[in-house]
Amino acid sequence: MTEIFGVPLPALMGQLMLGLVNGSFYAILSLGLAVIFGMLNIINFAHGALYMMGAFFAWMGLTYFGIGYWWALLLVPLAVGVVGVAIERSMLRWLYQLDHLYGLLLTFGLALIIEGLFRDQYGASGLPYEIPEQLTGAFNLGFMFLPKYRAWVIAASLTVCFATWFLIEKTRLGAYLRAATENPRLTQAFGINVPLMVMLTYGFGVALAGFAGVLAAPAFQVNPLMGSHLIIVVFAVVVIGGMGSILGSILTGLALGVIEGLTKVFYPEVSATVVFIIMVAVLMIRPRGLFGKEK
Amino acid sequence: MKATRIATAIAAALGLAAGAAQAQISDNVVKIGVLTDMSGAYSDLAGPGAVAAVKMAVEDFKAKDKPAFAIEVVAADHQNKGDIASNKAREWFDRDKVDVITDMVTTSTALAAMKVAKDKNRIALISGAASTLITNENCNDVTVHWTYDTYALANGTAKAVVKQGGKTWFFLTADYAFGQSLEKDASAVVVANGGKVLGSVRHPFPGTDFSSYLLKAQASGAQVIGLANAGTDTTNSIKQAAEFGITPKQTLAGLLMFITDVHSLGLNATQGMYLTTGFYWDMNDQTRAWSRRFFDRQKKMPTMVQAGLYSAVMHYLEAVKATGTDDTQKVMAAMKKAKINDFFAKNGYIRDDGRMMHDMYLAQVKKPSESKYPWDYYWIRQTIPAEEAFQPLSQSRCPLVKK
Repeated sequence: MTEIFGVPLPALMGQLMLGLVNGSFYAILSLGLAVIFGMLNIINFAHGALYMMGAFFAWMGLTYFGIGYWWALLLVPLAVGVVGVAIERSMLRWLYQLDHLYGLLLTFGLALIIEGLFRDQYGASGLPYEIPEQLTGAFNLGFMFLPKYRAWVIAASLTVCFATWFLIEKTRLGAYLRAATENPRLTQAFGINVPLMVMLTYGFGVALAGFAGVLAAPAFQVNPLMGSHLIIVVFAVVVIGGMGSILGSILTGLALGVIEGLTKVFYPEVSATVVFIIMVAVLMIRPRGLFGKEK
Repeated sequence: MKATRIATAIAAALGLAAGAAQAQISDNVVKIGVLTDMSGAYSDLAGPGAVAAVKMAVEDFKAKDKPAFAIEVVAADHQNKGDIASNKAREWFDRDKVDVITDMVTTSTALAAMKVAKDKNRIALISGAASTLITNENCNDVTVHWTYDTYALANGTAKAVVKQGGKTWFFLTADYAFGQSLEKDASAVVVANGGKVLGSVRHPFPGTDFSSYLLKAQASGAQVIGLANAGTDTTNSIKQAAEFGITPKQTLAGLLMFITDVHSLGLNATQGMYLTTGFYWDMNDQTRAWSRRFFDRQKKMPTMVQAGLYSAVMHYLEAVKATGTDDTQKVMAAMKKAKINDFFAKNGYIRDDGRMMHDMYLAQVKKPSESKYPWDYYWIRQTIPAEEAFQPLSQSRCPLVKK
């Protein structure tokens, strides 16, 4: 059997595939952060908590209202988006003129409050959410046994990521958005409702987090702490990719998932740290991030 | 000079008075501090439920024994950090006159708090923490380790699984003191019973995605995958093992699982697993009666940690009543002399190393079809007698044990 550094090739391929699955989560979460930072200049620390909220909304929908996975995939991001809009209207919009630090502190506080509320209500052990029936079972890829659900995660998140990229970079709506960020006053003078666009952008960004939460619910336990475990890594991904870069955050998310997967093969103890080692290296060599533009 | 002398005399008199009062109950109040994880990963298995169990013990003791002294309960969150635990313990002992601290859910907090208890000559009753360090290298004469430890867990579960025919093992281990000690203890048991350990992988704590490690375990071809981790790490490992089709071809052995973990995962994912526990609510009328009262308050059935706390605090209060003092050495002597007989332990006793000796139970998780009512989760397959469940004194590394 072919071996690379003592690891059989099929095993290595399997681990790469798993890395890609985790990378899909990083990509979709860091994309939301990048959209929000790019358009609003807010460092959204509540992103992890909203991702957790997405997973919980999916569980609540199923438990209390009998709403299945597929409907949850559509409805939960909308619900989380509405929560986001409420946060933006009631709190964030007062901070746009201030330093980044204020937004960071506010959203960090919000994250703690949201997590605390869910923990108080549902406890710290988490709740089960079954994989939808259509996606149980697995594909035999020859080199590995890939659960259908994991394959679906990759497909769904890539589709959403590239649709988002297309929307922002290639459509008229996206052009308005970018214009509104570049020069809000001038854009407003052209008759475009800038505050509305900003509000919807934040709602859309956190809806992505909610979407990721629904995707995560069947794969991981639905747990009040699931967001805080992930959010720090996702921030590192955003920093490596370049703050505010849409395509950068998608590609970096996927790439780091794969690198992390490889670390788990060769030296598992470091797998939680490798992303930060890369972050340090990138910040030293290219402080604006791999895909970031000079401002 | 004269003033100094008078001051010295007054101080000496006060000292004498204090000394005299110590033979009684200091301030006529017995104060119990519950130091636990109120908000983190272990708050379900201890946390608010632990505080509730202690309060139940106090209420029952008051109703039954009508003590002449008052009893107060205070609680704090140690956030699973040793420094917070030792600061809080010090503050409680020095300023708030707490007589006994209980619970301590992680090994780091337990080791920190029991050391402070020793320095201040107060009592520590540990229920939540698991490491055998508490009754070995770090043992002292004011600490009792009540509910369970890594030795008992490894011994109970690993032995049973090897006997069932699970001869080859692969460990999935949380990369910190607790996980490593659990892996070490369990490996020894596997080998001693004629099994073989094929390998292990250490994952960072806490983790979310365990699929990579599970694939390694799968590739090892071991019959049994031993989970030397706890809390959400364990629940996520179990869930993902099912997703990747690892179970039921290979068997999982959860080395530290609580009933709250089984409840959180559901029986579909956990059915058939073996685990060792110090308590199960549905064993007999006594356990059921107490557990239902607990359920009425907490809306959850008690874990062994919570049940053990009740037992520990009740035993302590009875020793205070019997000796008529809250003096640490006298109460400890009385606690070590009296047998523990309640819904939690039968003929339990406290050894010189601080280990509370009681029977442990080997449980198997029921199939969904076998579970007839809420929280009906375990078959008790075997009662492991105390002497067999815990580390024998002959192997003890505790300096207090005379060999």
